[in-house]
Amino acid sequence: MIKIHEDKCDLCGCCVGVCPENCIDLTESRISIEHELCTDCRKCEWACPFEVFEFKNQKATLKVPA
Amino acid sequence: MKDSYDVIVVGGGPAGSTAARFAAMEGADVLVLEKDREIGVPVRCGEAVDHEGIIEFIQPDKKFVAAEIRNFKLVAPDGTVVKPNIEGVGYVLDRRVFDYELARLAADQGAEIVTKAYVDGVTRTDGRVEGVSVQYKGERILLKSKIVIGADGVESRVGRWAGLNTTVSMHDMESAAQVTAANVDVEDDTCFFYFGEKYAPGGYLWVFPKGNRTANIGLAVAADQSRKKHALKFLEEFMETNYPDASVLSKLAGGVPCAETLEEVTMPGLMLVGDAAHQVNPVSGGGIISGMIAGKMAGKVAAEVVKKDDMSLIRKYDQEWQKSLGIRHHRYYKIKKVIYKFRDSDLNSIAAAMSKLPEAQQTLGTLFKQAVMKHPALIMDVMKLFFS
Ligand SMILES: Cc1cc2nc3c(=O)[nH]c(=O)nc-3n(C[C@H](O)[C@H](O)[C@H](O)COP(=O)(O)OP(=O)(O)OC[C@H]3O[C@@H](n4cnc5c(N)ncnc54)[C@H](O)[C@@H]3O)c2cc1C
Ligand code: SF4
Ligand code: SF4
Repeated sequence: MIKIHEDKCDLCGCCVGVCPENCIDLTESRISIEHELCTDCRKCEWACPFEVFEFKNQKATLKVPA
Repeated sequence: MKDSYDVIVVGGGPAGSTAARFAAMEGADVLVLEKDREIGVPVRCGEAVDHEGIIEFIQPDKKFVAAEIRNFKLVAPDGTVVKPNIEGVGYVLDRRVFDYELARLAADQGAEIVTKAYVDGVTRTDGRVEGVSVQYKGERILLKSKIVIGADGVESRVGRWAGLNTTVSMHDMESAAQVTAANVDVEDDTCFFYFGEKYAPGGYLWVFPKGNRTANIGLAVAADQSRKKHALKFLEEFMETNYPDASVLSKLAGGVPCAETLEEVTMPGLMLVGDAAHQVNPVSGGGIISGMIAGKMAGKVAAEVVKKDDMSLIRKYDQEWQKSLGIRHHRYYKIKKVIYKFRDSDLNSIAAAMSKLPEAQQTLGTLFKQAVMKHPALIMDVMKLFFS
């Protein structure tokens, strides 16, 4: 499950460009993820220049509803 | 804001403003929707352009030209510097002012520009895009249009909402970080490019002067190679080693879609321009000029579609782009794939061979020839490139 360190995010859109599920929403001032569409592919994590995403306890939390 | 327009442009960057300007100039009723509160801010760009590229759209003016560039210097991983002879002149812009001016030119032609307007979807009927939904002043409003132009940059979702696959592959996305730094000793007329694994694997690092001892210093790393070490880390290390006394005036993240142009940049009721259509030069990552060129083409075609009330004409934009820059970018993309195979040792030996040549022979052409000679396995790739 993704944790977003929002305070680190620069709202640049690099993650949105690579997200295969089109589930990252980026307004003028906020980033958010539509968790029900996210497949935990982690592309956003690798592409982000500022290390905003962190994937935690993937297996354990996969069943927990977002 | 009215509830219906001929053309709605999503995004007020160089591509969107230019599309709006030329659509309005040809008589269309145009609205530009920009999510940020101010056109031109924040800047996410190295801001380098060439003179020939911008004069078709705007006269260079000291209002938005921060530095005039006469030289390139390429730095190999071992520190060897190659200075290819380049013709012509380039600029490092102040894009806050530059983007503002492009938007003003669109407004002068009659386009309406609205900021703080976040588009969150498109409306479609029978496979045809008929408008957008926008969050504005706390409300969600549906607006109708004959054509939507998606100029929404690297983060583009307009095409995807309409059903086009515009996702950028991890191989092609360049993950970037840049600072604008003061108190740095740089050459005021020279752009520096650093290559190699230690600076920016799968990309390069740049130092572009902006006058008065300031510069844009940034780098881009291929997203598929930035898993272990992200762009910002690379940049912080470079700054610490090379410019320990710099003051950072701004720091930004960014993404550059160094891909081939999308196969289709239109569908009924929709056009994509600029980064949204992957129209960046895949080798250099430059997208300001190509975005404006595409914007002009798209704007004119959009106005024609509206005037003649014939949606089939929208394909003219696809065709015109393919005929002009599309073909070139296709080639550049193949060159990029070749360059991607260079290791640091290849880059060092190319630089060493170049620096032994008399200065007059140090051109980008000989650089490429040296590259091929030093890496014979590449000859096949290059042959394929030129004969395909
Ligand atoms: C670090 C970095 C360095 C670069 N250096 C150079 C360089 O030196 N030279 C060069 O030529 N190119 C450079 N580029 C590339 C260049 O910045 C882009 O190609 C160029 O800005 C693309 O223009 P555009 O109009 O397509 O998109 P953008 O300039 O990105 O504009 C898109 C606009 O759309 C808005 N938007 C997005 N989504 C929505 C929405 N849903 N609703 C409303 N508005 C929306 C955004 O806020 C933005 O203002 C660089 C890029 C980066 C990241
Ligand atoms: S790539 Fe990183 S910095 Fe950029 S918008 Fe996404 S989370 Fe924020
Ligand atoms: S993990 Fe994959 S699907 Fe989920 S938000 Fe990130 S890129 Fe999108």
